[in-house]
Amino acid sequence: MRGSEILERMADSTSEDVAVVGNTDFAAADLHNNTNNTVTGYSCFSKTMMEEGVPLLKKMEISVSETEKRTGKNAVNMQEVYTVYLIETRPVDAITEGQSTAPDSLWRRYSEFELLRNYLLVTFPYIVVPPLPEKRAEFVWHKLSADNMDPDFVERRRIGLENFLLRVASHSVLSKDKIFYLFLTQDDGWKDVVYDTGFQAKADSRLKALNATFRVKNPDKRYTELKHYSDELQSVISQLLRVRAKVADRLYGVYKVHGNYGRVFSEWSAIEREMGDGLQSAGHHMDAYAASVDDILEEEEHYADQLKEYLYYSESLRAVCRKHELIQYELEMAAQDLVSKKQQREELTTGTVRTFSLKGMTSKLFGQETPEQREAKLKVLEEQIVEGEELVKTSNAECDEYVRNAWVDIDRFKEQKNQDLKEALISYAVMQISMCKKGIQVWTNAKECFSKM
Amino acid sequence: MESESTTSSAQVNGNLAQTVADLSKHMLELDEDDDLEVFIQDALINQYKLEEQDIKDVFITVDCPENHVTSIETFVTYRVITKTTRSEFDSSEYEVRRRYQDFLWLKGKLEEAHPTLIINPLPEKFVMKGMMERFNDDFIETRRKALHKFVNRIADHPILSFNEDFKVFLTAQAWELASHKKQGPGLLSRMGETVRAVAASVRGVQNRPEEFTAMNDYVETFGQKMGMLDKIAQRIVKEQKAPVSTDIVEYLEGMKECGPVYTLWSGSEDQLVEPLKAIAGCIDNCCKVTEEQVAGLSENQVPILHEYVLCAETLKAVLRRRDNIQAEYESKVDALASKKADKENLKHTDLSFVFGGFLGKNTEEAKQQKEQRLDCEMKELKEEIGRLEDKVECANNTLKVDWERWKRNMQGDVKSAFVDMADTNMNYYKKVCAKNRGFPSMKL
Repeated sequence: MRGSEILERMADSTSEDVAVVGNTDFAAADLHNNTNNTVTGYSCFSKTMMEEGVPLLKKMEISVSETEKRTGKNAVNMQEVYTVYLIETRPVDAITEGQSTAPDSLWRRYSEFELLRNYLLVTFPYIVVPPLPEKRAEFVWHKLSADNMDPDFVERRRIGLENFLLRVASHSVLSKDKIFYLFLTQDDGWKDVVYDTGFQAKADSRLKALNATFRVKNPDKRYTELKHYSDELQSVISQLLRVRAKVADRLYGVYKVHGNYGRVFSEWSAIEREMGDGLQSAGHHMDAYAASVDDILEEEEHYADQLKEYLYYSESLRAVCRKHELIQYELEMAAQDLVSKKQQREELTTGTVRTFSLKGMTSKLFGQETPEQREAKLKVLEEQIVEGEELVKTSNAECDEYVRNAWVDIDRFKEQKNQDLKEALISYAVMQISMCKKGIQVWTNAKECFSKM
Repeated sequence: MESESTTSSAQVNGNLAQTVADLSKHMLELDEDDDLEVFIQDALINQYKLEEQDIKDVFITVDCPENHVTSIETFVTYRVITKTTRSEFDSSEYEVRRRYQDFLWLKGKLEEAHPTLIINPLPEKFVMKGMMERFNDDFIETRRKALHKFVNRIADHPILSFNEDFKVFLTAQAWELASHKKQGPGLLSRMGETVRAVAASVRGVQNRPEEFTAMNDYVETFGQKMGMLDKIAQRIVKEQKAPVSTDIVEYLEGMKECGPVYTLWSGSEDQLVEPLKAIAGCIDNCCKVTEEQVAGLSENQVPILHEYVLCAETLKAVLRRRDNIQAEYESKVDALASKKADKENLKHTDLSFVFGGFLGKNTEEAKQQKEQRLDCEMKELKEEIGRLEDKVECANNTLKVDWERWKRNMQGDVKSAFVDMADTNMNYYKKVCAKNRGFPSMKL
């Protein structure tokens, strides 16, 4: 049985260094022979640590360099157009040794990225898994298209996908996953390999998770706080992105309207003698001013993308909290079950009926059971109690294990988030300064032209 | 009348001198007020051109709008304070109250007296929105500023500022002004003037001098461009009349929402509090500065552009009036020519006297009578033509001079409006920048 298997391994492992929990190690050469390796995820305590505790990114260069449109038949046999992204990988060594070999590459589409991520979510539920770039364009303003085929959208998605891969590859736990490695390197049949792991069966149903949320009796305070934080983060960033889109739209309007000034000045200068030159050159500056908004808004979009990543990260945080609730709930259920079984045994043994039960009533009404029947029942109960006790033990251990691992990654995530967001905020301010400087420049020039009229 | 292709002041002055000389010959034959006015105008133009001074000795302010309610209507009056050192005025300081209708009356009188001088436009009479808009504070303030500019422009004009009606406008008490308004040419003579004007405009002008056609073309294009600029400026900044919000205002509203969100966020964080609060501060600063920018643009740039849209209409009217004066003159010349032709015909044909002969008249006598009558009429016409010729000459010259003046003013106004706009925008960016500078020094 699974429970005992786990207990066995518990007994074997040393209690130190459980932070790194993952699959069995592999070497690139063994890949093709190991297709039968099942991945058991968090409940598997690996005795063998990684040979080097170094995330994949240090050993390998990864990039999503190109995009292409493809047509094909989808699940319902209809023609569809979709975009594929080129993933290029190259061992870091190849470059440091003075040669630069051509990178290996393969094409993947967005749905495959999603599959990879879902796999990681199920396999490493205690990790705050990096988010993918948005599936559909949200928080758009009029210049941006909401169309998934729009080249700007595709380009921003390419950058987002690359960012996703880099984040996973630099994660001490995630980067060691075999499926992830195969995603980067195995062209054909990767999907089959993923499905073969049977991860989908392990995914917790939404209903179960929701149930747990409401029924947990002793929620862990830290996780409650974390959940609140992730809710607040999501709300705040959503608001910001929404307002920002509106502001970007208006700013675009303000700048572009000045282009109209340019045009009218130019037409007007044709009928003026003394003012003509001044008007004409002022008009040029107005045109330059109107054009400058495109660069400004592109940089702003980049800032928005950085915020979006953390908006979606909040979803990952919530997932970690939900998983914890589920484990906690199962532990509580197991404990409760054990208590009730023990009670039943006591009743049977002593013959007293402590609690009201239908059995008790019927036995009173229709006579007691025979001693043989009682013996049989007791035996079954004893077995169940033994199992129950084991279950409680494992659940407890699971819970502790989960909490410990999760908290390590949560701390890591917090550091990363603080660093990234601080950088983003500072570069946003710097961008504002540069925008102002450009504005001052243009209007100083324009003023000169006006003064000369 | 020949058109002059060059407008060197020597030639203009030479013309004027000639005109004055001509007029002095006619002085004994002056019997109408407007001839006298024309004479005075010429003399003044002469003086103005030779001296080219612009000494400001009349200072006017228009302020303190007040509501007045009578049984019939409600209206707003403005206080008009005049300070002057001119000898024409009895006192050195005057304070009166005037309503919009009074300004309209003044403008009408000035146009009547000086049909080809360019008079600053008045703010519009009605607003699209409806009656209640008249009493809206913003609207009244905008109107007050425009009225202030209107009277001051007149005060600065070397000819208009000496106009008698202007003086009455500045100095008379309310009842005095009312009675003064009732004076002046009677209804019939005014009607006669209107009929003449309509007849002239229907006839059209035959030989408009080249430069005035050029002026017409210019005004057409100028008006168009001004209209466009007016629209652009109002698109950027809040238009005071319309409820439709515009670009900068909506931008401002969006930014106002931003700051508090950053502050809210900082409440959830520990490490990020400093940069988040700093950004919230920058954004709040940006909002304040944007409001100043909007105010600056609304106050300075928008009204000036709007005024010049109205100016284009004024210019068109002035050019039309000049055309009418010339058309009137031309019609008299035509009339004279046809009388001459009639006289010629008298010598050659007897047909017209056949009828007279039936009535028992002596054909020779009738012919002579007719000839005498024609001579008399032709003499009258010639006098009138002489008078009108001077009028056209005068009108053209005053227009030319005032045109240059108007152009100078326009250039100055437009230049200052756009320089202001550049300054407002520059200050906006400088102030936003200043607050943001604290950022890069933050440690990562």
